[in-house]
Amino acid sequence: MDVMTKIPVREQDAKVRATNFEEVCLGYNQEEAMCEASRCINCKNAQCVKGCPVAIDIPAFIHEVKEGNIEKAYQIISEASALPAVCGRVCPQESQCEGKCIRGIKGDPISIGKLERFVADWARENGIKPQGATEKKGKKVAVIGSGPAGLTCAGDLAKAGYDVTIFEALHEAGGVLVYGIPEFRLPKEAVVAKEIENVKSLGVKIETNVVIGKSVTIDELMEKEGFSAVFIGSGAGLPKFMGIPGENSNGVFSANEYLTRSNLMKAFNPASPTPIMRGKKVAVVGGGNVAMDAARTALRLGAEVHIVYRRSEEELPARVEEVHHAKEEGIIFDLLTNPTEIIADEKGWVTGMKCIKMELGEPDESGRRRPVEVPGSEFVMELDTVIMSLGTSPNPLISSTTEGLETNKWKCIIADEENGKTTKEGVYAGGDAVTGAATVILAMGAGKAAAKGIDEYLSK
Amino acid sequence: MYKILKKQELTTNIYLMDVEAPRVAERCLPGQFVIVRMDKDAARIPLTICDYDRKAGTITIVFQTVGAGTTMMAELSEGDCFHDFVGPLGCPSELVKEDLESLKKKNILFVAGGVGTAPVYPQVKWLHENGVAADVIMGSKTKDLLILEKEMEAVAGNLYVTTDDGSYGRSGMVTQVIKDLVAEGKKYDVCIAIGPMIMMKFVCLLTKELEIPTIVSLNPIMVDGTGMCGACRVTVGGKVKFACVDGPEFDGHQVNFDEAMRRQTIYRTEEGRAMLALQEGDTHHGGCGNCN
Repeated sequence: MDVMTKIPVREQDAKVRATNFEEVCLGYNQEEAMCEASRCINCKNAQCVKGCPVAIDIPAFIHEVKEGNIEKAYQIISEASALPAVCGRVCPQESQCEGKCIRGIKGDPISIGKLERFVADWARENGIKPQGATEKKGKKVAVIGSGPAGLTCAGDLAKAGYDVTIFEALHEAGGVLVYGIPEFRLPKEAVVAKEIENVKSLGVKIETNVVIGKSVTIDELMEKEGFSAVFIGSGAGLPKFMGIPGENSNGVFSANEYLTRSNLMKAFNPASPTPIMRGKKVAVVGGGNVAMDAARTALRLGAEVHIVYRRSEEELPARVEEVHHAKEEGIIFDLLTNPTEIIADEKGWVTGMKCIKMELGEPDESGRRRPVEVPGSEFVMELDTVIMSLGTSPNPLISSTTEGLETNKWKCIIADEENGKTTKEGVYAGGDAVTGAATVILAMGAGKAAAKGIDEYLSK
Repeated sequence: MYKILKKQELTTNIYLMDVEAPRVAERCLPGQFVIVRMDKDAARIPLTICDYDRKAGTITIVFQTVGAGTTMMAELSEGDCFHDFVGPLGCPSELVKEDLESLKKKNILFVAGGVGTAPVYPQVKWLHENGVAADVIMGSKTKDLLILEKEMEAVAGNLYVTTDDGSYGRSGMVTQVIKDLVAEGKKYDVCIAIGPMIMMKFVCLLTKELEIPTIVSLNPIMVDGTGMCGACRVTVGGKVKFACVDGPEFDGHQVNFDEAMRRQTIYRTEEGRAMLALQEGDTHHGGCGNCN
């Protein structure tokens, strides 16, 4: 084998997978994983670890894979990560661990994500569980939200011996892993539910159907229900719309709504009682991972799908792999294009979208070149469905009902990056509620930091 | 799991249930709503809170069987459980936040249409318990569809019942009763109208003319009910609002009812098909173009 080249991972054929909701990537088998692991040069000063928001001891676990000690590899990973089967699938490895891999300078970086996935899947198939706490601390901690930040924080606190209860607003635990990321990228029953079972096996309790700020407040949890500390990992919040004419027409949805219907409510399955619009021609406005997920869902529901994004391909915020997969499956990218109006028929149903062509001007404050309109380039795209994937703004439910919890000018909860500490004593926060919409792994990193912060606070 | 302690068929196709939900009962206020799922595969159905008992930890819901989901829900019996029951969602009614003394000086009119009587009831009851007597107009298509008349009578100042077909009480639409009452010399400082969207629209058109500020409670399509999906967006005063977190109550004179009614029909075809499949049961063998 060529040590410069990574072992390719098996995938469902693009034409086939464009018509089903089965997982796209099939993952490594043990032979492939051991072979890929043998390419790792086991750097002393491993850069990959520095690129990992939860600092998994990557060279150590890869070494165990190379030796065929998969269970040992799993225990190494699970010391740092509560959700390895998830991270192996959805982390943007190219800008994190793999982006820093020394092998990547001259050849392909080690496929760290695929190896992590293999180890986690192997552990699940062989019934290996993460190791729980040996001593109890006798203190209760409440975790708000059962997404990646909450699950990680809860898992770490349980391992440290705390009595942890997660409160989830929806009827099912998992947060964005359940309502946001589609089945074909992250299987719900086979992967997410099992990872949550693992967290529960550490002693974490999950109470669903509790909307903090409505069903009960943080102050009540601390004063009446005996929680000594609280972690807020409530996620991103309210979907943004463009504010252009016609946006409330029938057939315009937020990506959050569209994906929640398909993922959480299983509307992709015709047997689900929750309906979803099965458009013939769909435009997804936006260029992030959520936009790719919405586009690839619409494609699988039978539509011709266009991604409409106002900047160029280089600025697409989505992971490279998602863009690549979307293109393979036949998603059409209308780049440097910005919608200006949604057109509807007399009954209010979408029939088209007026757009204008853009070109890139001077860099803006984000460092990306600012898109500017090309005069006279307006045109109309005929379509029946528009999905707005423009990000979210924070949900004020918790900040407005918690005395002393401060937010910044974007209405995100203010929390210390090091330890998750907020402006309210005993209350910690992390993930999208603090940073605005980001990634699963960054939320996990924040959950991990907050667990450490809470442990220090309660050990005082 | 959320146990059904009491079930009653109020009238044809309208059911009342007392459900054990201590967290919701502890904090809910008039004007708020819940979302329920009858089993682990069911759709999320938003329902307004009709009554609550903080001591017993129960919530009273009232629903009409309009689609497949509510029809199956009506099959549940006392002792059965809802799989999910979340709330209280949305903002409480403005009334409960107002100063009681100033409330007592106000002439308040409630207009309840059909199953909209259920969410009106806890507001009138709350006012009654706080020493405020409000007038209530209750309207339904026909006598057999009237609900909660006795309960409402016990808490309302004056109760005016009307049926569209004249089979009971006054005859005609609720808007006619408003006109009649005002013609009789009644003066109202505020009107709260809850019922079918079309009723609320016409009440608002009238009360705008009569210069009576009017609050309505909207029931658009929702998924999560916590602000996450934006399915429930409505235009109020030219601005987009999410009914689940900004409402469900809004200034009725500012609501774009035509848009709201149009948006309620988004899934009508799918809902119709689901109902058909449920009605036909085992005899439904496709042919509708959507089933296998």
